[in-house]
Amino acid sequence: MGDVVDTETLEMLKEVMEDDFPLLLQTFIDDALTRIPQLREQLDANNADELRRNAHSLKGSSGNVGAAGMTEICSRLESLANQSQLQEAGDIINAIEAEFGRVRSALNALL
Amino acid sequence: MSESSSLKVLIADDTDTDRMILESIVKREGHQVVSVCNGVEAVNAYEQERPDIVLMDALMPILDGFGAARQIKALAGEELVPIIFLTSLNDTESLVKCLDAGGDDFLSKPYNRVILQAKIKAFSRMREMNITMQEQRDQIALHNSQLLKEQAVAKHVFDNIAHTGCLGASNVNYLLSPLAVFNGDIIVAAMRPSGNMLVLLGDFTGHGLPAAIGAMPLASIFYGMVQKGFSMIDILREINQKLKQILPIGVFCCATIVDMDFSGRQIKVWNGGLPDCYIYRKDSGQVDAVSSTHLPLGVLDDKEFRDDYQTFPMNHGDRFYMWSDGIIESRGPEGGMYGEDRLKAVFEGNQLPAEVFDEVLKDVQAYIGTDERDDDISMIELEMVPADSLEAQEQEFTKHNSTAGLIEWSLDLELKPSTCKIFDPLPLLLNILVEVPGLRRYSGELYTIMAELYSNTLEHGLLQLDSAWKSTAEGFTRYYTEREERLSKLQDGGISFQLSHQTSANGGRLIIVVQDTGQGFSRDENVDLDTQMFEHSGRGIPLVKSLCETLRYSNNGSRVEAVFSWQQ
Repeated sequence: MGDVVDTETLEMLKEVMEDDFPLLLQTFIDDALTRIPQLREQLDANNADELRRNAHSLKGSSGNVGAAGMTEICSRLESLANQSQLQEAGDIINAIEAEFGRVRSALNALL
Repeated sequence: MSESSSLKVLIADDTDTDRMILESIVKREGHQVVSVCNGVEAVNAYEQERPDIVLMDALMPILDGFGAARQIKALAGEELVPIIFLTSLNDTESLVKCLDAGGDDFLSKPYNRVILQAKIKAFSRMREMNITMQEQRDQIALHNSQLLKEQAVAKHVFDNIAHTGCLGASNVNYLLSPLAVFNGDIIVAAMRPSGNMLVLLGDFTGHGLPAAIGAMPLASIFYGMVQKGFSMIDILREINQKLKQILPIGVFCCATIVDMDFSGRQIKVWNGGLPDCYIYRKDSGQVDAVSSTHLPLGVLDDKEFRDDYQTFPMNHGDRFYMWSDGIIESRGPEGGMYGEDRLKAVFEGNQLPAEVFDEVLKDVQAYIGTDERDDDISMIELEMVPADSLEAQEQEFTKHNSTAGLIEWSLDLELKPSTCKIFDPLPLLLNILVEVPGLRRYSGELYTIMAELYSNTLEHGLLQLDSAWKSTAEGFTRYYTEREERLSKLQDGGISFQLSHQTSANGGRLIIVVQDTGQGFSRDENVDLDTQMFEHSGRGIPLVKSLCETLRYSNNGSRVEAVFSWQQ
């Protein structure tokens, strides 16, 4: 799973969170499951501002669990939304969803 | 603020995982956590919980971190509430926006536990320091207002002290710094019962109230003792002893005290630590400097204190000047000091002695280069004038109840040899006499009478000294050497005083009897005792006789009775 989620980051997180570590991972997964459909809705509504904020939050939480690839893709979406260039946003959201699928599997292995 | 180790930390972040991680880190450090999801909640939580530190996400829904930070800073007032922005924004513009909103620091995502802990510690210390600083600032403000009040009271008391006495006499010109209470300068002046004028200029070390405190006992001793007829030396010793006793080490009083004898046309000067005093001769224009030869008052204890003074003859119109170091140390615009040379030059260039006082002040002001009078200057001018030209001084001594006091009374006092050797009974007796309300204003005359009768009885009666010796210079010295020696060897005899006072319709009669147990002074039974006494005493006894209703010697000259009548 090394290229999907950073092992070192997760080890540190485990140390910080102790017993709450599984809860944190579950919270991340639930949060992403809520946010990714929201990204689509915001794109459909052409709401660049909401889209940017949401991408920013998802970027933050995926960074927290060491999902570097997903963080990177969210960052791209945030930056495009910030410039209101939403042409490629649909593809990027698909990429986020695909990457999240991999991250989720990797994390589930730890739960 | 709670225990310095345990803080209340407000976390505002809309991302659940962020919040969870931060909460976990902060809790593990032993702090208490309050967690919210947006800016509005953050402001409300701040108001209710009053946290010590705020961790604030920059981008949040409803109200973002910038807006929340502004509101929290406004609510906190002058209390320091550190706000640390949590941000993955790292462009300069965003960071500046955080600072503009009142943010104190940043923490970038993803969170590093060690850095967050270090930041919380650093801001906690800063917050404690800020609280301490504000408490101290408030204390300082409180103390300062108290100090100002105390200084106003002290200045009131000090002004009353410093402006009493005979500073209003026509031969006195003086300037006392209006800030005297704060720079420690004091001037006291009073007429002695003998008619001499005693003036003291003092300059306490330091500034502020410590410098003023010593002025109170100094003035009270000075005025108390002068009016009771104590000598300059007795007063000086008493002040020195008192100051030594009460002042802390390092606080003392540089002082010059002078005793101006108008009838003898001379001045006694004791200078302890003040700049040179000047005697400005009217006829020659010459200036004699009188340098300090002693340590200041309040330094040495009574045993080590040296009371030797210098005596200078002064003709009518000669003027004596003394000053504190304020004049000499006045600073010019370039920072140099005025100095003694400039002071001397003013005297050398002077045409009219009466104007030199003002010329000195003008010259110092010109040197300082301001229009304002320098606040640090105290100086006095004393002119030698004929004794009778000084109008009766309205001396502002402590007010005595004018009706209460001794009325009809008598007193016997006998001095044994041991007392005669060391004690001057005049201040004690004079002090009793002026307790008669009506006699107070005759204290000068009474002093003269008592002093003359006592010294005659002591020297010619008890010690058997021959005043004929005093007619030559060698004899004069011999007279006083013998006086010392005989007094020290005195074994028997003594001197007694009997005072009695009766009131009359419009005043009273005081009978003074002074008696010695020696053989009297008479050598010739056939010559009138009064006449013999006149020969002995020079001009002293005729003067006493002129002041008294009657003056009679008896018992071979060993007893003298003076009757002093007074009118309201």
